[in-house]
Order: sequence, then structure tokens, then C-alpha cells
Amino acid sequence: MTRFILQRVITSVITLFLASIVVFIGARMLPGDPAQVLAGESADPALLEAIREQFGLNQPIWVQYFTYIGQALTGNLGVSTRDNIPVAEILLQRLPITLELAGLAILIGLVIGITAGVVSAVKRGTFVDYVATGFGLVGLSVPSFWLGLLAILLFAITWQVLPASGFVGFAEDPIGNLRGMILPATVLGIGLSAVLMRQTRAALLGQLSADYVRTARSKGVTRGREVSHALRNSLTTVVTVLGLQLGALIGGAIVTEQIFVIPGFGKLIIDAVAARNYPILQGAVLVAVTGYVLVNLLVDVAYAYLNPRMRLSGGSE
Amino acid sequence: MRVLDVSHLRVEFGTEDGRIFAVKDVSFTLGRGEILALVGESGCGKSTVAMSIPRLLGDSNVTIGGSVRLNGADLSSLNEKEMQAVRGKDISVVFQEPMTSLNPAYTIGNQIAEVIRQHQKLSRQAAKARAIELLELVGIPDAARRLGAFPHELSGGMRQRVMIAIAVACDPQVLIADEPTTALDVTIQAGILDIFRRLRDTLGTSIILITHDLGVVADIADRVAIMYAGRIVELCSAQDVFSLPSHPYTRGLLGALPARAVMQGGRRRLTDIPGFVPPPTTDPDECQFAPRCPRATAECIIRRPALELVAAEHEVACYHPGPGDTP
Amino acid sequence: MTSVPKTTNLSTFGATGSRKSQAQWRRVMRRFLKRPLAVIGLVLVVAFILVAVFGPLLLPDPNKQDFATLLQPPSLAHLLGTDDLGRDVLSRIASGARVSLLAGVLSTTIAMVIGITLGLITGFYRGWFDVVFMRIIDVMLAFPFLIFAVGLAAILGASLTNVIIALGVSQIPEVVRIARGEAMAIREQEFVSGAVADGARDFTIMARYIAPNAASAFIVQATVAIPGAIIGEATLSFLGLGVQPPMASWGIMLTSAQQFLAQAPYLALFPGIAIALTTLGFNLLGDGLRDALDPKEKR
Ligand SMILES: Nc1ncnc2c1ncn2[C@@H]1O[C@H](COP(=O)(O)OP(=O)(O)O)[C@@H](O)[C@H]1O
Ligand SMILES: [Mg+2]
Repeated sequence: MTRFILQRVITSVITLFLASIVVFIGARMLPGDPAQVLAGESADPALLEAIREQFGLNQPIWVQYFTYIGQALTGNLGVSTRDNIPVAEILLQRLPITLELAGLAILIGLVIGITAGVVSAVKRGTFVDYVATGFGLVGLSVPSFWLGLLAILLFAITWQVLPASGFVGFAEDPIGNLRGMILPATVLGIGLSAVLMRQTRAALLGQLSADYVRTARSKGVTRGREVSHALRNSLTTVVTVLGLQLGALIGGAIVTEQIFVIPGFGKLIIDAVAARNYPILQGAVLVAVTGYVLVNLLVDVAYAYLNPRMRLSGGSE
Repeated sequence: MRVLDVSHLRVEFGTEDGRIFAVKDVSFTLGRGEILALVGESGCGKSTVAMSIPRLLGDSNVTIGGSVRLNGADLSSLNEKEMQAVRGKDISVVFQEPMTSLNPAYTIGNQIAEVIRQHQKLSRQAAKARAIELLELVGIPDAARRLGAFPHELSGGMRQRVMIAIAVACDPQVLIADEPTTALDVTIQAGILDIFRRLRDTLGTSIILITHDLGVVADIADRVAIMYAGRIVELCSAQDVFSLPSHPYTRGLLGALPARAVMQGGRRRLTDIPGFVPPPTTDPDECQFAPRCPRATAECIIRRPALELVAAEHEVACYHPGPGDTP
Repeated sequence: MTSVPKTTNLSTFGATGSRKSQAQWRRVMRRFLKRPLAVIGLVLVVAFILVAVFGPLLLPDPNKQDFATLLQPPSLAHLLGTDDLGRDVLSRIASGARVSLLAGVLSTTIAMVIGITLGLITGFYRGWFDVVFMRIIDVMLAFPFLIFAVGLAAILGASLTNVIIALGVSQIPEVVRIARGEAMAIREQEFVSGAVADGARDFTIMARYIAPNAASAFIVQATVAIPGAIIGEATLSFLGLGVQPPMASWGIMLTSAQQFLAQAPYLALFPGIAIALTTLGFNLLGDGLRDALDPKEKR
């Protein structure tokens, strides 16, 4: 197990290193000359040259890369071109908002998804199963941004029970913050729950027909015990699915923030593209990729922990 | 005294590709302390018989007919909750697949304790002590330490011993062992058969032993039921099956018909009989062995022969029974 | 559940040489047609393709503005109403369907062609190439789809072509994973080692033996990838990073509908229903195909 974790940590670091190169090169390929952007439209060549000198833009690309990464590791991601505020500061301000949204969405997704998946697998072929399966299919087929629009239409415009926008920080007004988060988090969570429901159902059905469940049955245990035998072996699937859905969740969060005007990480990225605020874009992408790789690492570790075969033997299967 | 009385058992599976008549009509009885061997080619319905006795065929696409009586009480009249009290306590099963029959996520100690605590009001500690005792009974060395092991840490033979420990934990009256050694190395077989014999001798356990191996039959069985295509075609004592095999199919299995004896890993397996096993998708009123039978006559495909006594305690379902090569 | 069906399946593969025989495909077809949901899915997908191909030819110009009929609810003249520029919503849905179909099919084709080729090669040869290549895949997987697409749109600009590239590239890792797994599994099977022993060339083995046997896995993956790409296109266009106005896309239609939610809710309704029905169709089709191709878990 320790060996497996060590292995995964090392590959994650290598992946991050390579990904950071991709981000850096990608940033160099963005249209426009960074020196020109810093100096303004009508700067003379001498000034441009001076700026290039100052920011090391005339150095070999790999020197520039290591300078950037070195600074990034110490928390310096450059400054926003619009207002000269440090990028790291802006990111730190936006990140918690997105984390709250995503956390609530995962919570909603897990509760609805696992419950529906387990119930429909156990009650296979019954009315409840059809309802849950139908929910899973529809949830999978409806894009989150449309669900968001429908939610606004119903809850904010027609019934006027929840706000469509107007984010307030949790520290200022916890109730107002949660009221504002209910719709976006639910919209985001439903997509996740649909996938989780389908995968949990399939995994549990597979496990329920496994030989060891028949053994449990032959011992005279109740149906509930049989299910819990099978469920224990389906948990790895839930963890895997959650890991695989993370990318979709990040995408969903970006869109949801756009619709509900939540000033989170996702909205920051979209706005940065529109405003050509490249330092922000580069920093945000780097942070997003780092977070994504780290969470995937955690998912793998959790998976290994849930699987006794790996927990004990130390190998990777 | 009859412990188990299976009569006119019939099992059908509904699948997407049509009905499967896995067991067409099976009747037999099992006395106290008796070991009955159930023998037949793969696919003839042995496992299905075994699973339907404690009603383990849970799927909704199964139709079961006939009756199973335990000490005279009809099991099919029990509801699911009452049946749970029977499973693992009065009737236990050892399955054919030792590699997959244990839950990979729980320790074997937990899995043994589960059946004990299900049927006996024992403390966690007492259940653990009993589990150690059981592991010793089935010949697992260093039992106390093995309680914390996960199935994947054990060999196939060890896992099958754990399965047996689970099955016998509550001293069942009937133990059904479905090809318990087929998936294992030959050297392990003798040890496992020894466990069965000891159980029978000390506790009077009645055992249904499903096997492919005629050596096992000779070694341990009291009586033998030969199955073909979902039916018992010959039912007799273990001596008779070797000295007076009467159904042409039985004689084929024993190598009395021109056929190739299959030796596998030092075990004498059933011999190959020319021709094909009929698919289980139909249930015609004829002897289904007729197409492969050297004695078949027109009669055989007009009406199915019923099981009839040919000697004391010896039943055969054939119009042309007998030990000779021709009737 | 017995282990019998699986082994018989495999041995019939082996017996027929390399691929599912016609009879097997017919059986798959029969099982598929027995499932009402799968058939509904097929009908939805076919309807979507018909609308995408023929709709724009039969309906009025989706870009014709008419300031006399702004934001009109559905009527006989405009079955699905008109938008804020007086354009016919039905026409725009039909031409949006064409964009969706293009994005879904082209991006999936890109991903399949590249992913299957690379996956089969790495799964077949293993070795250092496989190790290096899987690292590259890891790096690709480090970028969540939308982040990748946003970056690409920032570098290349927003357009339908770039959306298709972004969607296609981001699907490659999954296809590689499947193709690689299939290649590794099938390679070990008897009829392939038989062909290897007979001195068949590597390319022949991959093209004649491995690819056809993995076909069902690829077909199922395609039915998952296409609706994913359709939603992806709509999402990017909704964010302004995809198809650009005045071209019609279901995503763009929803962007402008957002401003008129209170006055003209139907503007938000119809494109969403179109997306939902299309992806639902593909999902049902995919589920049905998977069950029909691989019935063992349904016993
Ligand atoms: N759950 C099931 N669904 C459909 N058919 C089954 C099922 N279980 C067994 N069968 C079929 O029933 C027949 C008898 O199987 P089985 O009892 O396992 O035979 P045996 O144990 O003698 O090899 C076989 O044709 C088998 O394919
Ligand atoms: Mg069997």
C-alpha cells in the first residue's frame, strides 16, 4: 500500500511537471505580445525592449519556464493585467466560493445518487426501479446549464422563492449565502447524481449476483445483510466514478457560476478569456490542473484503501 | 429415517433466448447419516438441484415445482424469513467455486462468525472461539491467526476449507457439497473427503455430494443418483452402480460402452460417450438419451420411461435395462 | 449465475476464427430490437439525424430577421415561435441540429481514429513506447475538459472547427484506454497466438483479428462519446467559446434565451428539449447496444 501510494505520488508529480510545461507553452501561444500588453498600445520599441529585459522575456524559453515555475512554487503567479493585483491573491479569493459550490454539489450528488442507485438495484424491476432509472437517464441527458435556466425560470421568476443571482459571501450572511447556493449546487449535483445512480446500480447488480452473495444467502442472513455484502464491494466503483466525474464537475461549476453569476473560479476563467487577462488565465489553469491531479491522487489512495487486496499486498494489483 | 425428501422437483429458467428446463423431474430421499452422490455430465442440472433445495435460486425468472421436505415439513410452504432460519442451520451448502464464494472484502473470521451469530445467540468472543475451533476442525493450521486473513491471502484449497467451516458451523442436518474439489488440486481431495466422513460419523450429518469423480463415489458414497438431461435415470446403492449398472447411460459413464476413458490429473473422470447432450431448451416426452443409446428402440421416443424398480433399492428409467451389452 | 455463458462466448469467437459471425450479429440485433427503450433511442437518434440533414433544406432561412415578429410565442406561422430578432425558432433548432451532428460525429471520429490506432499499437507492443505514451495520456487527462477547451479557445479563437478539435482531442485518452485494454486482452487469446505462430504480420493481426473483436467496445464507446460531444458543443457555445453568432447552435440559442427568460420562456424551452431528446436518444441507444452485445450481466 505504501509502495503503491509512493508510486502514485511520483507519477502525479511527473504529470504535474509535464502539465505545467504544457500550460506555459500554451500561454506563450496566446495571441498578442505580452510586452506590448504590459506597455500599452502605443509604446515605443525601446520601452518594449526594456520590458522584455525586465521580465526576462528575451531569455531562452526554458529559462523563462523555470523562472515562472520557481515563482509559482513560492506563490507568485504574476499580476492581473487589468488592475495589477497579484494573481495569487485573486485566485485565493475566488477559490473558496467554487469549493463551496462543488462541495455542496458533491454532497447532493452522493446522497441522491447512491440512495437511488441502491434502491433501484435492490428493488430491481419494480416501479421504484423504473422511476430511479428514468431519473438517471434524464439526468444524464439534460445539460446542467439548461437545468440551471429551468431552475431560474421556476424558482426565481415564476415562484420567486429563491434568488437567481446576487451572490453574498458566507462570512457576511450565511443564510443569504446558502439561499443563493441552493439552486446552483442542486443543478450541479443532479448531473453527478445521475451518473452515480447509474453506476451504483450497475455495480451493485453485478455484485448482487456474485458467488459470495449466494454464500451469504446460504448462511441464512437477511436480504439486508446480503445487500450490505454486495455494497461493500461496490464502494470502489462509487469512488472511481466520483474521480472520473471530477472533470465534468469542474466544467459544470464553470457553467453554473456563469448562469447564476457566482464570482468563483470558473467565472474568473471565462471573464479572463473575454478580457484577454492572460496572467489570470494562466494562473487559474495551472491551479485548476494542480488541484485536479491532486484530487485524483486522493481518489486513487481511497480506492486502494477500500480494496483489501491492495491495502495489504502493497502492489498495484 | 428420512431427513430429506425431494419429490418431483422441477426447475425452469426464463432467459432472453427462451426457457431452460434445467431440472425436469427429480425425486430422491436422503436418510440420516447417509451420503448420496449425485453424478452426471456437466449441464445435466446437478447444481440446480443442489441450489433449489435450500431455495437459493433467488431470481425472479425461476419457476420451481415439486416439493422438498425436511423431516417431513414442506420447505416450499415456508416464507422467506422462516427459510432464512433453515439455511446455514439445518441445510448448508459448499459451492463449486472456492475462489469466488467468499467475500473478498471481509476477513474469513468475520465470514465464519456471521453464520454462527445468525443462528446462535453467542457473544462476539464466543463466536470467535467457535470460529477457531471450526478452522481447526477443517484442518487449517494456525487457526487463531488465520481469522484475520482476507480470502485472497489463502489458496483455493484453504478457501474451500473455510467454506466448509462456514457450512458446518451450526451442525446442519443436511450438507450439500457441489463438486467441492473439482476446482482444486487432486492432493487436496482426500483431506476434504475425510472431513465429510468425520462429520457424518460424529454428528450424523446427511450429505449430498455432487461429483464427477467415480473414485469419490466408490470411496465415500452410500447411494448414487445418476442424472441425465435434468432427470435421474438410475438410483441405487454405491455397490450396485459398479457391479450392476443398468441404465445404458450409467454403463457409458463407467466405460462399459465403447468410449474413451478420460484420465485427468490422476483422477478417473467420467468417460466420454459419443454424441451430444441434448440442449435444455425442450422437454419432450421421450427418453432423451435415445439418440446416443445403442439399445434405443422406437418405444424410447414414443413415451418417456419412468423410474422403476429393477432390484431391491435399485431404480432405473429405461425400457431396456440390464447389465449386458444387449437387452 | 454460472460462468458458462462467458466461456462459450469466447470459444465461439475462437472457433469462427476471428470475429463475430453474421449469425452472432443477427442475434445481437434481435436482442436489441426486443428492448423497447433501445428502440425508442434508435428512433430518437434517427429523427435527430433526419432533422439535421433535411430540416435546413425544408424550413425557412434560420437567419432571416423580421422586426415585425419579435419574441412571438408559438403559433401556426412559427410553430416554435420567434426569437428577439424575429428569427424562426424551428428553423434555428434544425440548423442547430446540423451543428450538433457535425460536432458530435466529427469530434468522435477524430477521437476514434487517433485513439484506436494509438491504443491498439501501445496495447499490442507494450514496452517503452507504451510507458512513454501512457505518460502523455496522463498529462492529457490532467486537464479537465472544459479547462482544456477554454484554453484552446483562447489560443485559437472561438469557432466550430476549434470546438470540434477540442472535443475530439479531449476524448482521445478514453478511447486509447479502451483500445489498449482490448488489444492486451485479445492478444492473449488462442486464435491470435495461433496467427502469431503462423507468422502473420503485426499489422495483419491488429487489423484482422484485434480490431474486429474490439468492435463492440468501440461501438458502445461511440454512442457514449457522441452525446457527450453534443452537450460539450452546446456548453462551449453557451459560454461564447464555441460557434459564433449568427450561426445557430442550441447553446447560443440558450445564451440569448437567458436574457428573455421572463418574457419568452419558450425560447429557453425548445433548444433544451432538443438537446435532452438527442442525448437521451444516444444514451438509450448506447445502453441497448451494450446490453445486446454483452448479455452476460443480465442473466
Ligand atoms: N441462472 C440460470 N439461468 C439460466 N440457465 C441456467 C441458470 N443456471 C443454470 N442454467 C442452465 O441449466 C442447466 C443445468 O445447469 P447446472 O445445474 O449448473 O448443471 P450442472 O451443475 O450439472 O453442470 C444448464 O444448461 C445451465 O446452462
Ligand atoms: Mg454444477
